[in-house]
Amino acid sequence: MHDRGGWPTDAPIDRSEHELADWELLTDALLGALGRRGLMNVDELRRGIESMPPGEYARASYYERWLFSIETVLSEKGVLAVGELDARLSR
Amino acid sequence: MSDHDHDHDHPHAPLTNGDEPAAAERARALEELLVEKGVIAREDVRERIDWLVSRSPADGARLVARAWVDREFNERLLADARVAALELGLDPGPSPVLVAVENTQAVHHMVVCTLCSCYPKGLLGPPPDWYKSLPYRSRAVSDPRGVLGEFGVELEDDVELRVLDSTADIRYLVIPRRPAGSETMSEEELAALVTRDSMIGVAQPAAPAPVAS
Amino acid sequence: MSYRPGQRVRVAARPHEGHHRTPAYLKGKVGSVERMHASFTNPETRAYGTDGLPEQPLYLVGFAQRDVWPDYRGHGDDRIFVDVFEHWLERVE
Repeated sequence: MHDRGGWPTDAPIDRSEHELADWELLTDALLGALGRRGLMNVDELRRGIESMPPGEYARASYYERWLFSIETVLSEKGVLAVGELDARLSR
Repeated sequence: MSDHDHDHDHPHAPLTNGDEPAAAERARALEELLVEKGVIAREDVRERIDWLVSRSPADGARLVARAWVDREFNERLLADARVAALELGLDPGPSPVLVAVENTQAVHHMVVCTLCSCYPKGLLGPPPDWYKSLPYRSRAVSDPRGVLGEFGVELEDDVELRVLDSTADIRYLVIPRRPAGSETMSEEELAALVTRDSMIGVAQPAAPAPVAS
Repeated sequence: MSYRPGQRVRVAARPHEGHHRTPAYLKGKVGSVERMHASFTNPETRAYGTDGLPEQPLYLVGFAQRDVWPDYRGHGDDRIFVDVFEHWLERVE
């Protein structure tokens, strides 16, 4: 799904651009901060993104994919407990 | 089949408050959680955000303009772009290797990362959405002249088109050709002609403004 | 086994479970080495939390587009250059 070179597509290239939202900058920075602590590297980020179910991968925006990957990898490592982030969001 | 149909990637997540996707709240909550648990330092997050927002294609443009006016610098840039950037006091970013490739009368380069979005953001700022999009990643390698056509670029008949797919630790920067009519321009004026898209390879630099007589 | 600039090489056509950075469209294709960049940590192992050592040599390999895409619509001398790790390259006799 992520390995896109040469995939047949009729979709035009949408050249509209958007300035990164604060949460997107934050997500990018989270990886950097985790990397600083040796907790997650860019190869793990990519691997995590590649593990997304194809439908989710296609629907997600760029930094939504990053967020998915960060949560996945941190949960794997026990840095995040299962459901810990969800519990926090529903507080 | 269905996976191929939906291959553009605008944000589609459900909106919650205001215009933000659900991911926005999630990202903020994740930061709070990780900082509280002492997993990351908030200063590291702030520092990284500051670095990201400080990045701009004006830096890449300075490299190109210097290469245009100073042939020896151009050679140094081609030999080791990271060192050349540091020579100008620029910050090439953490990517270990930066390689500059030169457009000539005979060769035009275009850069893509088909597997994700690798991009020399230290010198160009964050990549545009289209660079990260599924259609660009698909077609830049298999139909690059079609992609260039969409971007309004038509190459001369005898120009060889070289696509670079940055699949690993190397980040590529295109040195576009110096525009005709720019011979008397200062380095600063030249830098203003160098667009971000010309350093990705999907555009030519801007043309010099006609000289008022 | 190291490769020299100008040497013809084939990208291994083997399947690979898990993270790797050799694009599917290149597997089995023959090109020539443009240069050797340097050695880098192996993303295939580093992606799973190891240190990615030992470092692996990374090559810039060039291919004729018409050799990569059966229905390539550009010019005959158009090329595509891709960074490929040494352990994904094979000698071409």
